[in-house]
Amino acid sequence: MTKRFALGIFEDEDVLLHAVENVREAGVKIYEVFTPFPIHGIDDALGIERSRLPIAAFFFGLTGLSFALWMQIYMLGFDWPMIIGGKPHIALPAFIPVTFELTVLFCCHGMVITFYAISKLYPRWKTPVLDVRSTDDKFVMAIEVNENTDMNKLTQILRENGASEVNQKEMSKF
Amino acid sequence: MATLTHQESATAEYLEVTPGTRKNFMLIIIAGVVMLIVGVIVSLFGGGGHEAAEGAAAAHGATAAHGAAAAHGGGEHHSSAPWLKRIIVSLWHNNVFFTGVSAIGTVFMAIQYVAYAGWSVVVKRINEALSAWLIPGLVIMLVVFGLNFINYDLFHWTVPGIMEKGNADYDAIIAGKSGFLNVPFYIIRMVIYLGLWIYFTKRLRDLSLAEDLHGGTAYFHKSINVSALFLVFYAVTSSMSAWDWVMSVDVHWFSTLFGWYVFASWWVSGIAAVTLCAILLKQAGYLPLLKDGHLHDLGKFMFGFSIFWTYLWFSQFMLIWYANMPEESVYFNQRLGGFNGQYTWLFYANLAINFVFPFMVLMTRDAKRQMIMLKIVSIAILIGHWSDFYLMFMPGTMKGENGFIIEIGIALIFLGSFLILMTKRLAQASLTPVHHPFLDESVHHTT
Repeated sequence: MTKRFALGIFEDEDVLLHAVENVREAGVKIYEVFTPFPIHGIDDALGIERSRLPIAAFFFGLTGLSFALWMQIYMLGFDWPMIIGGKPHIALPAFIPVTFELTVLFCCHGMVITFYAISKLYPRWKTPVLDVRSTDDKFVMAIEVNENTDMNKLTQILRENGASEVNQKEMSKF
Repeated sequence: MATLTHQESATAEYLEVTPGTRKNFMLIIIAGVVMLIVGVIVSLFGGGGHEAAEGAAAAHGATAAHGAAAAHGGGEHHSSAPWLKRIIVSLWHNNVFFTGVSAIGTVFMAIQYVAYAGWSVVVKRINEALSAWLIPGLVIMLVVFGLNFINYDLFHWTVPGIMEKGNADYDAIIAGKSGFLNVPFYIIRMVIYLGLWIYFTKRLRDLSLAEDLHGGTAYFHKSINVSALFLVFYAVTSSMSAWDWVMSVDVHWFSTLFGWYVFASWWVSGIAAVTLCAILLKQAGYLPLLKDGHLHDLGKFMFGFSIFWTYLWFSQFMLIWYANMPEESVYFNQRLGGFNGQYTWLFYANLAINFVFPFMVLMTRDAKRQMIMLKIVSIAILIGHWSDFYLMFMPGTMKGENGFIIEIGIALIFLGSFLILMTKRLAQASLTPVHHPFLDESVHHTT
């Protein structure tokens, strides 16, 4: 399915941040903003809900913790019991470093993989980029438009809020 | 919110310590004195003979378990009456805790300066006020070290003759440490540590106050240089002071990361104190510029450094547990099951209150932004780390004769005096450092 976007190009992140607030106040729905670097406060300005990634992280961590404890208790306690340093077979203090490391390992790998998957950041033949300059020095505000949109009014709103140019682009698979 | 408009103007605001507040601080001190008196009476008349005999038996058991120290024991004969000994040990314990927390005010501020951090500017004056205890801390420390010589209750290595070959009290291990652990050098070191901390605290405070008057960035740049120098000295002196003030209580025992462990305890308590103070001021209607974001960062510090403290605690515990060498594991023998197991509950409570509780409660983002959660956790951390120091001092000094009433009474006296000095310094300058170059960044801080 092909979507059409109006692209407001901005030169400065401060201008963009105010533009985001004003454009939303004017009743225009912003599809997405593309910036070369993270901008403090833009999530709040765009009204983006907080990510639920921390919840996923907690469960990945819990998985790692359980796996590590199970692995060590099963291996050293039941499968092949050995006496090490005169300690009991199941000596919990000795298991804590491994448990900690596996918790962290599961947690961060799980988080990275989840994040890439939900953000569609995986290798593809063709990566959709609305304006390549957003990877260099321009800040791009994308607004989804259709036949009924009053382009003149939208252009005017964007211009008034500091956009240096307003373009249109069609994009499939977005 | 992410408004980058500069309409919020920072104006100087001064804390007013009302007579009511001052009365409350006095009440804390009076409550402490009452508890202290009650504690002494209980200790004097509460079937002391029986307890003492039991304590001595337990102490004997612990000594037998601890092979390296089997030769000593002469020092046990001439210690003070339990109530006097408890007062001396408790004064030392509380002073080490409060002085250490007090120094964290300067350390925290210095780290923020060196890191060019802007967010913490709104709580900077609280850090400055926290260090108000350093000068009384030095005085009390010298006095209590003097009290030690009544009956050598605190430091076994100060017993006369313990380092002389042929003396009845001679202890070869302690004699081997005489190059470092001798009274003149100990006092010189104590004065140097606290003198350095006091000097740099005063220097940073003066620069900060001058900045309030004149503005400009010159004071800021100068503060960075002073802070960097201070941190170098503090890194060394905090570790060494931990060996001197805390570890030399258990003079046969040693642990190479003990300095860091004590520092972590002070550091997390200091941050909890700053957080608690910021919240109380905010709730009293001060600090209008303090927002969720600042509390969130303070909450992250408390959360993170509670884990850091646990990391050091565990690193120390696990290596000693694994190697199981008598001269090292005696430390945990005393705390886990030693003296009829009377420290065991505190040993586990220490971990629960200083690790499990902050870890579980402050895990979510929302909890770190709620005043009530932060308040509960910071109070828990302060109590928890006071108990952590209790656990460092008591088994080595009081053996099995420890108690709580006198100790908490003295802690309340210290707390009340600490608060009086801290609020006095807090009231001396504007709560918002109006001319700090990073004030604007701090006001617009978002997380």
